[in-house]
Amino acid sequence: MSTPVLADDPSTGSEVAAMLTRRRRRGGELLFRTALQLCLLIAFASLVALLAWVLIKGWPRLDARLWQNMPTGLISRLDTAGVQSALTGTLWVISLTAAICLPIGILSAIYLEEYADNTRWYNRVLELNIQNLAGVPSIIFGILGLGIVARAFGFGFSVKTAAIVLSLLVLPVVIIATREAIRAVPQSIRQASYALGATKWQTVSRQVLPAAVPGIATGAILALSRAIGEAAPLLVLGAVTFITFNPTSLDDRYSTLPIQIYTFIGRPQEEYTQLAAAAIVLLLGIVLVMNSIAIVLRNRFERRR
Amino acid sequence: MTTSTDRIGGPAAGGTLRRGRRRPVEALVKGLLVLAALVSVATTVGIVVALVNPTVGFFGEVGIVEFLTGTKWTPTFAQRSYGVLPLVVATLMVTVIALSLAVPLGLGSAIYLSEYAAPRSRRVLKPILELLAGVPTVVYGFVALFALNPLLRQIWPGEQQPAFQNLLVAGIAMGIMIVPTVASVAEDAMSAVPRGLREAAYALASSRMQVSVRVVVPAAMSGIVAAIVLGISRAIGETMIVTIAGGLVSDSIVWNPIEGAATMTAFIASISSGDIPVGSLDYNSVFAVGSLLFLITFALNALSIRLVRRFREVYE
Amino acid sequence: MSPYQPQDPLVNVPASSQEVIQMTSATAERPVRISAPEAVLEPSAARPEPIVELDDVNVYYGQYHAVRHTSMQIQKNRITAMIGPSGCGKSSILRAINRMNDLIPGARVTGSITYRGQDVYARDVDPIEVRRRIGMVFQKPNPFPKSIYDNVAYGPRINGMRVADMDDLVEEALVGAALWDEVKDKLKSSALALSGGQQQRLCIARTIAVRPDVILMDEPCSALDPIATGKIEELMRNLAQTYTIVIVTHNMQQAARVSDYTAFFTAEVDADGERYGRLVEFAETQQIFTDPADPRTADYISGRFG
Repeated sequence: MSTPVLADDPSTGSEVAAMLTRRRRRGGELLFRTALQLCLLIAFASLVALLAWVLIKGWPRLDARLWQNMPTGLISRLDTAGVQSALTGTLWVISLTAAICLPIGILSAIYLEEYADNTRWYNRVLELNIQNLAGVPSIIFGILGLGIVARAFGFGFSVKTAAIVLSLLVLPVVIIATREAIRAVPQSIRQASYALGATKWQTVSRQVLPAAVPGIATGAILALSRAIGEAAPLLVLGAVTFITFNPTSLDDRYSTLPIQIYTFIGRPQEEYTQLAAAAIVLLLGIVLVMNSIAIVLRNRFERRR
Repeated sequence: MTTSTDRIGGPAAGGTLRRGRRRPVEALVKGLLVLAALVSVATTVGIVVALVNPTVGFFGEVGIVEFLTGTKWTPTFAQRSYGVLPLVVATLMVTVIALSLAVPLGLGSAIYLSEYAAPRSRRVLKPILELLAGVPTVVYGFVALFALNPLLRQIWPGEQQPAFQNLLVAGIAMGIMIVPTVASVAEDAMSAVPRGLREAAYALASSRMQVSVRVVVPAAMSGIVAAIVLGISRAIGETMIVTIAGGLVSDSIVWNPIEGAATMTAFIASISSGDIPVGSLDYNSVFAVGSLLFLITFALNALSIRLVRRFREVYE
Repeated sequence: MSPYQPQDPLVNVPASSQEVIQMTSATAERPVRISAPEAVLEPSAARPEPIVELDDVNVYYGQYHAVRHTSMQIQKNRITAMIGPSGCGKSSILRAINRMNDLIPGARVTGSITYRGQDVYARDVDPIEVRRRIGMVFQKPNPFPKSIYDNVAYGPRINGMRVADMDDLVEEALVGAALWDEVKDKLKSSALALSGGQQQRLCIARTIAVRPDVILMDEPCSALDPIATGKIEELMRNLAQTYTIVIVTHNMQQAARVSDYTAFFTAEVDADGERYGRLVEFAETQQIFTDPADPRTADYISGRFG
């Protein structure tokens, strides 16, 4: 027999009061909430601790030597070592990467959002393909670079190869972010433009794209910041040899900051560990600043909508 | 054809309605856009082509069965063996360790942010979380090797100490790395649950815990599943943490997490960053393992898409 | 333990309820509790008895003094309607009664709201317990994305009601919401597949499954078509025999058709130019619609504004 809670018809005030103030299952509630807070706390605390430790470790080496000097393999010269070649290498590689992946990514996104009829099978395959590429491990892109770009195209282990590989790696990020930015532009703007006799391209280039710029910028910054921090594909592309010069052309060999850090990690001496930590702080500084800008940009853009 | 657009104020009587000068530009533009979109297709094709040739070459010398079921990877020993299971098992172990950390912490944080936190705190905490998701993985590898492992060895009870490089510390570092991703995607999914459902539950005298667990989480399940699968995907494909801190041993299957072992990605990274003659068996083996990795992540991605679609149907 | 029964006498049990009694008696082994009690029919010289009393209630959202100085009494087993133009505080007052306003950050209630004599906002009162006894149906039907069965069973399950036979309880609730016939063969199918009117009745079934005392309805028919609306209005009259109903509605005719008492709210502008809502007049529906005391009420009723 079910037992209705109101089985005894309450007629006295005190009975009602008793019922309303009865707090059941209070303990479980508190436990649950505390457990959740703990999850958040642990997540944040471990990340912060991690960063703090790196900062402390690298502190003695955080000075102008980092960007003024070249790295060295000689222990006797460790005192004056820096990561200049890695910094310039990163600059060269990322500039070329941006020049490649941003136009291609944005144009692809425009095609998918404005021009492609997504009832057609080939457009759906295109979309699925991009989704798949977003999940492929970065090292596989290194293999792609090794087999095709470096060997078959003959570009070798150069800045060009690195840039192409990284572009392909972050292309899905640019495409997906740009698509969302384009999608967020209200249909009414497009319709107004068409109603005035504009062609599709005129509408896109003069109305849709300008309106989507903040979102596209967010995607671009996130993609490039990701590219800056990538090491795995470049490992496969032979970037691990010690580079002590700055690149002067796209065909030159190169090093990047994450690769240089990896190289330092491979050395047993404590000084190298410190250098690695300092270089990490530098890398983190760059990446976190870029990501902050992207996130602030996106939040402001979303709020304005 | 007269251009009627020159006259202001009057009806466009002079011109025809035929598609005029702007058409070629349009066609050109569309062609350019299609070309751009085809780059992504070319990428996939390129990956497949880059993988296929050497893989086929590899399997010319080593049988597929031996590859897939062999339990030793010993290219340098007298008795050469190319079984990939040690690498696969190591990958799985690291993934399991990482996710058993990342999923509870990530989901717990997401539920807290979405259902319990004050709007003001959420506005601050969520972007910080997203920010922390952008930390390069080489940093985690560094911390795992030089900070986490010594710590682990200090507190580890018992006879056997964790090795200099081991799967456990790599898994822990990887878990911490994945938490922001899982939390962020799951929180997005939960925030998207319509307010009306929560109101209905509260009106039925639910407590906040009941609303979170019995209404919001089930309603957001497709996004939560997507978050978890994303986490798995990242764990399997991660290279730097396992290369630096996970170990490079591959000659036999390692079941003990405090020992070091090479995952598929660590193997590829370590072999290919060394000096190996092109076309040799060892060179080809990198591509064979790469093919396996690619297939696994491809299957995972397909699964994730299907799961997300299935849960979404139920909800809507 | 006697089943919960209203203490007031019944008024002409409508034919549809008779059918309901027969149907459920056939399926249940025990006396029906939800749709019609076994009380003896008596003439309706009703002894109205207040079950919820509002005294000088004000609702604030942060600094904004949204609703001012509202006092009224909700009579047991009657339908009380709250009417008035948009933005005059009806929903705010309604949500204050079962403490749903607690969910809005910055919302505050002063004055007293008592349920059976007990101040609902007293310091040690648990809002969850309040909502157990004062349920709510919303404007837009909001069934959970679960099966029909699980929707109805949700309330009893989370309230730890020990139910020997959940199937029977679900059936009772659906019968009481006049939905049983339409869904009895598809209890396991998704609630989202039902039409708007059916979904709203499901929400009502869900609410009565926890056996509340009072049911608050915030414009329950405004998202529905006229036929569905009619069904729900009829349902309301039946439900009033067991529960007390308070309904906010934009539809004057609905208030006139369905309610026993009517409260008329309006929006005014105070000395600082701030807009707020207040209760203008509260009386038996008959009175309000034929001979209202306040001229503003008369204006609204006759359509001169709002």
